[in-house]
Amino acid sequence: MTEPLLVLDGLQKSFGALRATDDVSLDVAPASIHALIGPNGAGKSTLIAQIAGTLKPNAGSVRFLDKDITGHSVPKRAQLGLGRTFQVSSLAMAFSALRNVMLAVQARQHSTFRFWRPVRGDRSLIEPAMAQLERVGLAERAHLPVTALSHGERRQLELAVALALEPKVLLLDEPMAGLGGEDSQRMTEVLISLRQDVAMLLVEHDMDAVFRLADRISVLVYGRVIASGSVADIRASQEVRDAYLGE
Amino acid sequence: MLEMRNETYLNVGIALLLLAVPLGAWVMDESYYITVASRVAILALAGVGLNLALGFGGMVSFGHAAFFGLGGYAAGVLSHHAFEGSVFLNWPVTIDGSDATLTLWFAAILLSGAVAAIIGMISLRTSGVYFIMITLAFAQMIYYLAISLPTYNGEDGLPLYLRSSLPGLDMSDDLTFFFVCYALLLLAIFLSVRIVGSRFGAALECARQNETRLSAIGIAPYPVKLTAFVFSAMITGLAGALFVELNGFVSPSILSWHLSGEIMIFVILGGVGRFYGPIVGAALFIVLETVIGGYTERWQLFLGIILLGVVLFARGGVIGLLAGKARHD
Ligand SMILES: Nc1ncnc2c1ncn2[C@@H]1O[C@H](COP(=O)(O)OP(=O)(O)O)[C@@H](O)[C@H]1O
Ligand SMILES: [Mg+2]
Repeated sequence: MTEPLLVLDGLQKSFGALRATDDVSLDVAPASIHALIGPNGAGKSTLIAQIAGTLKPNAGSVRFLDKDITGHSVPKRAQLGLGRTFQVSSLAMAFSALRNVMLAVQARQHSTFRFWRPVRGDRSLIEPAMAQLERVGLAERAHLPVTALSHGERRQLELAVALALEPKVLLLDEPMAGLGGEDSQRMTEVLISLRQDVAMLLVEHDMDAVFRLADRISVLVYGRVIASGSVADIRASQEVRDAYLGE
Repeated sequence: MLEMRNETYLNVGIALLLLAVPLGAWVMDESYYITVASRVAILALAGVGLNLALGFGGMVSFGHAAFFGLGGYAAGVLSHHAFEGSVFLNWPVTIDGSDATLTLWFAAILLSGAVAAIIGMISLRTSGVYFIMITLAFAQMIYYLAISLPTYNGEDGLPLYLRSSLPGLDMSDDLTFFFVCYALLLLAIFLSVRIVGSRFGAALECARQNETRLSAIGIAPYPVKLTAFVFSAMITGLAGALFVELNGFVSPSILSWHLSGEIMIFVILGGVGRFYGPIVGAALFIVLETVIGGYTERWQLFLGIILLGVVLFARGGVIGLLAGKARHD
């Protein structure tokens, strides 16, 4: 078996008396999609935040590419190859879609401290950025400011920005949420096409998408992983049905 | 596209107007107005500095008088020692006074930049109102330090009897001095345009809009903002050196919070994040001060009303009013 890229070990996070993350251990293997499902308020976003570094866990560790990154800052984790999208999209609103992706390309190139050459017309930024926009199906909208993009397009842009970092692992927090049938179909296709290059931890409510995409599924309820297994295991599990699938 | 052109025309117009006034004054032998134009150019330069931090980086510094004043003191004190023929520092190294313009400018830029690095390192750990207050607090500390320094006359300030010398130019000629200020102003604007348009500028503007986003793609906002803050202070510090030279006088008043407020007003009046905005802001300020100030002591009431109007109805300042919204792509 290949070494997992991302390993969570005994993560815990409390908000006051609330245990939002309760002894969570899971891992993400190369070239695979690990889906994380669970009802609203189960602690999925809180878990993503601890992996990405915006929240510090009270206990436990995050290992990434065989390194303990529990104490790393958010930018440092991103530089190591941990990409993410936000549940509520978070972009540079005044910039065009293209400029948002170009900034990620420049981050990837570690070339931020250059003060002279204009980014406008800089093909070493524009071309890789356009390629990512094409990948997610947003190329025609490249020059529009983010404020002019629809909700679904902003989700696509979030993905393009994350991909521009050429991450080893992507953390996706409900990438289909609020997407129409067609857009969510498209997003699913994009994620399938990515799987060989980027491993993913996917938080998602759309069960059709989850069953299509996931290699592994973990079910989170009240901050705890109550079940973890293959798609078939989870579909068959009575406990999961009772707790979550509501069948 | 059209709006962009509008702003370009407007900018050229603004730059030409600022050039035309002292030339006209020179033709009509009204040297007072040449001095007024120099004042506008210098204060605009201070505003161009602040604009880099405030307009493009979103850092609302209420302490830029510290950098203006330190630049002024650096130039003034060295020039004072040059006139006296005394040394500024004996230990650990000997630093003589100087009347070489370039040395004075260099000292001003170096000192304001170094102090900005220290102030920025601490202030940028905070944001919002705390950032405003902590920059103000630092500036006040430096202000009181200057007041309590007996060596340089404390509160009374220091008259300077020497114009600095720039090879090939007669700095004591009013028009020549204006040209020097004007050239530096345009140079600073040009540098701002380049910096803001560069990769660094893209990161800086993202830091203003959404720091979470910048971190998420692996760029730490703190060093980006700190660097911009230091650049910003250096430009404002250079303006301080010119101001002292123009007045032939340096006193703690150029370190006071009033001046921090005024520099901020130049930026806001002209248009936050508009490259030529500080010229319009500073010019408007000086015009109000000289014209309405000629009739009544309370000219600042009118300034207040205009400022209120801009903040409430024209967020892009005068430039925004005339040229439309700032363009991003
Ligand atoms: N910053 C916070 N402070 C206090 N409680 C929080 C905070 N963030 C999340 N929570 C709580 O933690 C629980 C898990 O939230 P979240 O991770 O957003 O769930 P999910 O993403 O699975 O819907 C919820 O009860 C939520 O109210
Ligand atoms: Mg959530």
